[in-house]
Amino acid sequence: MTENPKQSPLAANPYLPEIGTVVETIQETHNIKTFRIVLGSEERMQNFHYEPGQVGQLSVFGIGESTFVINSPPTRKEYLQFSVMRAGEVTTKLHSLSKGDRIGVRAPLGNAFPYESMKGKDIIFIGGGIGMAPLRTLLLFMLDNRKDYGKIRLLYGARSPQDMAFSYELPDWLERKDMETVLTIDREAEGWEHKVGLIPNVLLDMAPKPRKAVAVTCGPPIMIKFTLQALKKLGFKDNQIITTLEKRMKCGVGICGRCNIGTKYVCVDGPVFSYEQLRELPNEL
Amino acid sequence: MAEAKYISNDKLTAWLDELAGKMRVIAPTRQGDAVVFAPYASGQSVELAQEATAPPKSVVFPASEDLLRYDYRKNPENLGQVDVELLPTISPEPTLVFGSRPCGVRGFLIFDRVYDGATYKDPYYLARREATLFATIACGQAENACFCHSVGSAPGDATGSDLLLTPIADGFVVEAVSDKGAQCLESSLLEAAGGKADEAKAFREKALQEMGEPQDFGPAQQKLLELFDDMGFWEDVSAKCISCGACTYLCPTCYCFNITDENAGLTGRRVRSWDNCMSFQFTLEASGHNPRPTKAHRLKNRVGHKFSYYPNLHDGIIACCGCGRCIKSCPVSVDIREIVTKAMAHQPPAVEEAAK
Repeated sequence: MTENPKQSPLAANPYLPEIGTVVETIQETHNIKTFRIVLGSEERMQNFHYEPGQVGQLSVFGIGESTFVINSPPTRKEYLQFSVMRAGEVTTKLHSLSKGDRIGVRAPLGNAFPYESMKGKDIIFIGGGIGMAPLRTLLLFMLDNRKDYGKIRLLYGARSPQDMAFSYELPDWLERKDMETVLTIDREAEGWEHKVGLIPNVLLDMAPKPRKAVAVTCGPPIMIKFTLQALKKLGFKDNQIITTLEKRMKCGVGICGRCNIGTKYVCVDGPVFSYEQLRELPNEL
Repeated sequence: MAEAKYISNDKLTAWLDELAGKMRVIAPTRQGDAVVFAPYASGQSVELAQEATAPPKSVVFPASEDLLRYDYRKNPENLGQVDVELLPTISPEPTLVFGSRPCGVRGFLIFDRVYDGATYKDPYYLARREATLFATIACGQAENACFCHSVGSAPGDATGSDLLLTPIADGFVVEAVSDKGAQCLESSLLEAAGGKADEAKAFREKALQEMGEPQDFGPAQQKLLELFDDMGFWEDVSAKCISCGACTYLCPTCYCFNITDENAGLTGRRVRSWDNCMSFQFTLEASGHNPRPTKAHRLKNRVGHKFSYYPNLHDGIIACCGCGRCIKSCPVSVDIREIVTKAMAHQPPAVEEAAK
């Protein structure tokens, strides 16, 4: 159940952040840091409703705002988790925050993964680098509702072992009997016991069957491009492939006018799109 | 419309003074070569004969406004603990925009559909919009850059206005369009218009007639989407554009904005400012990737948004009011009418080949 925007604080003023508190940070990799944030009160956290795939705008007052996916699932609401890759001004400032610091949060924004229509299907997650963050939300949500879904497989790739986020969760994912996890890195590294190779090639080796399956993928544009080709080769149809997009955003509520691809605004019509929907859009990613 | 009134030119200043006693009045004022909307001061002369250089957009949508103020407060018991408090900033002032043309008001009708959306509403815009009245002057003669009649309006269009003034003889026929507008007519300076109301109607009809046949931009909605990947076309029509953005700043319908923070010690403000989609930075991402890397991509989005994407989402309504300011003010004479016309007539090269 998504938050009814009419009851959300964003209904009265979509630009006014709530003040949250950083309760924990995790340095995931040299350039990715995770923030666990709680909103005003316990009651507020309980009343905060969102769906896997939805995003939020994090604010550092005096620097600005940026959009990140909520990568903890709504089935685990002790905190909202965001993983931030350091890239520009706002993310650099965010990386300096630590436990106890206040932070502005505007959430939830955007649409969600079609987790209802995915029920009963086999799921293959294909994540590259920071693209693992949105997949994590849906993966954990599905694990928390395990009987609703068929076979769950995850292919997660990064440049090197040091570039793998969520490393503290990977042993559990690898061990679990109710999912299959394949990890890959681009080049051989000492002590690495998993696959070596580019994601699309490893995916072809894994050869997930397209019948009653959905592929969910997120990662850098070049990875997405070749992953789509691999999925097509495996027989996946456009409506069986789901991804989530990024654009420079400001308002996050479909007004400020910069994240559109033709008639669609990534902030409100997305960020989640099926490849079938993407093909209908003009080519401006 | 309620009973039409008439005001003679020699009483206009007195009427404006009366109105200015009740609310803030913004009126076109000459500043050098330009005519701009500025706060009216008692007894001042207003420039009503010439269309204002810039539309009254900033009255409802300021070029820059605070979205919030923030205050970091150190905890006196524990100086390492800093709280942040957000302070609201919405405070609209009852305002009358006197002397806009119909096109300037139409801009807000384009805004309304986005800023007063089904899911999200922009409270800053809506508060000002609600607090603002428009006393609009019907145009008598179109300038050569005018094309309001081709985008669903007309030189005497009262839609969105509260009062419509039509220049007749030595004064104006004044007609109330809304209830709020009717209240402005309660003045002893105004007299019954009598037969002049018919003259006003004829004046408006003549002005429309003299604009000639409107151009049908409807087919552009589909055609511009078809041309999306034809970068040769867009490079051609954008070749002379210098990406200055004058078109966006002077456009009554351009509503895009940026949000930035301005910090001063432990306090500061989050500011919303007009943005310009002709700028490289508009869509530039932190990674360095830019989905609209060239001026051809950016002009395509500006034209596409107004004549295709917006109409697609909003009942076919074109997000252009035909005021011609982008044409008149462009330093290199880019003409949006020409681009849309060219797009509608454009045949893909493959079809031309096949036709040979």
